[in-house]
Amino acid sequence: MMGVAISMPVILPLLGAIISLLLPARYNNRIAFIFMLGLVVNAAWLLMHFSAQGPYQQVMGGWTLPLGIALRIDALAIIFSMMSCVVASVCGFYARFYLRAKQLKQFWPFFWFLLTALNTIWLSADLFNLYVGLELLTFSAVGLVALGQNKHALAAALRYLFAALLGSMGYLLGIALLYAQFGTLSLSQLSDAFSLTTTSAVALGFMFIGLMMKTAVFPLHTWLPPAHGGSLTPVSALLSALVIKASFYILLRLWMALPFGENAFVIGSLMGTLGGTAIIWGSWMALNQTQLKQIVAYSTLAQIGYFMLIFPLFSYSDPTANQYALHGGVLMLLSHALAKAGMFLAAGNLLICTNKTDLTSLAGLSRYRPLNIFAFGLAGVSIMGLPPSGGFNGKWLLVQSALMQSKWVWLIIILLGSLLSAAYIFKVFSYTYLETKAGDKFEQPSAMLEWSALSLSVLSILLGFFSVWVLDLLTLAEMRMP
Amino acid sequence: MNSYLIFSYAGVALCGIGVFGFIFHSHLIKRLIAFNILSNGVFLILVGLAQNAQKQPDHLPQALVLTGIVVAVAATALALVLIKQWYAISQQTTLPEDQEHQ
Repeated sequence: MMGVAISMPVILPLLGAIISLLLPARYNNRIAFIFMLGLVVNAAWLLMHFSAQGPYQQVMGGWTLPLGIALRIDALAIIFSMMSCVVASVCGFYARFYLRAKQLKQFWPFFWFLLTALNTIWLSADLFNLYVGLELLTFSAVGLVALGQNKHALAAALRYLFAALLGSMGYLLGIALLYAQFGTLSLSQLSDAFSLTTTSAVALGFMFIGLMMKTAVFPLHTWLPPAHGGSLTPVSALLSALVIKASFYILLRLWMALPFGENAFVIGSLMGTLGGTAIIWGSWMALNQTQLKQIVAYSTLAQIGYFMLIFPLFSYSDPTANQYALHGGVLMLLSHALAKAGMFLAAGNLLICTNKTDLTSLAGLSRYRPLNIFAFGLAGVSIMGLPPSGGFNGKWLLVQSALMQSKWVWLIIILLGSLLSAAYIFKVFSYTYLETKAGDKFEQPSAMLEWSALSLSVLSILLGFFSVWVLDLLTLAEMRMP
Repeated sequence: MNSYLIFSYAGVALCGIGVFGFIFHSHLIKRLIAFNILSNGVFLILVGLAQNAQKQPDHLPQALVLTGIVVAVAATALALVLIKQWYAISQQTTLPEDQEHQ
């Protein structure tokens, strides 16, 4: 039973993709509903099994470990697959009302392949399987960006594809070197055999750079703003909320599985420096944008910086600070997924109202669409890290971890980043409160679109109240800490 | 110096050529070819180094490379479709950000 359930998150969306390609387009929405429901039920079942019996690993197809492909359920895997279930359901629902019939027909197969790839990545405990997942993810994400069909979307898709391919090659080269040295690709076997030698250091260097390129960590981020800001709204939400998390997740997995010894401090500080720069640079660039969706896209860059702060805050000497850093980072990842998807959807609704993409045309909208502005604002609260929201709890734990270790630099960067993010979010608000004489010629987005944006934003706030559940799951698992 | 090691060194050389081409060419098709050279280099390293370490043929990296080749073909196909569309819309063979370098 468990063996079936653990493979379902991969098999169901793959079936969905094939069926949605084979059957006429009019069945697509029904298929989506049934399969999404199946995925949610399955995820709930996995969650129950996990909280009752702890982590579970299964090698597929009866092959033993070095050859077979292992899938495993642990706290991180279950949290991330729940997250992608929720965000993808809402984005799919939004897309059904947002996209035209012709776009929708092309959207669904890509959507399902995207979900297959994401779930593969959450569950795999095998480096090469993770590579296959990453590539499938890239292809479906690039396809979704190109759905925009216009000049900007195509250029963004091409730029994204080339950056992602270069990143994958770095990752694959790292795999080649690691396999040559240790003779295994399974993460659990590798973490036992691993030692930091010249070969494995070079291998990890290639893998980390490749993965950071796919996550769009500063300074490898230039492909992100056009791709996330320039694609169709539900696609932007999916990309910003879920796709960049996948490569970061692999980075985090590698970091937790491999013993780095005394080099952990140097590597962590280096990655933290990139993250810190990303926070400041991303927020500053967001503040200087004049297009609504570009602000949200640059805000993602800054938030990626916060995730990177997990690495310098890891420490061997202080297990509590260590735990806080991981818990804070995971909460940041979760609340960003919910809040950023909600924010992109709300921004998309605002753009439907005005039919223009620049900030100045938002004038008067706060009176006309208060619900929508509210959705944008709630997501903004979580992004800024104001209490009570998931973003606040995440930042609070990161701050505490930095305090306990007297790492003041990261503390200052976290606080400065929060101020800057407040600045760019209030900037959007200030435009919506302006009144113009031009008159209010707004179009009205469907209520479904507004409610789906609001639901994600509300969830990102609710995460602030239910953070304990997530943290309990994380503590429950006997996760290997460095 | 055995034949496996020669494969690996050839792979490293191909990777170098690929990365060079990737960075210094802005023509999209040339960049795609550079990606293919790079990926072939990585595959050679993957097969060569693993077998050099074990001094005997190893089937796992061969299976991995087969998968990798399929992925690279899929990537090339996707890129070609996008480049074709891009050319049809913009009449250009480079991306807008790269045009000043020519």
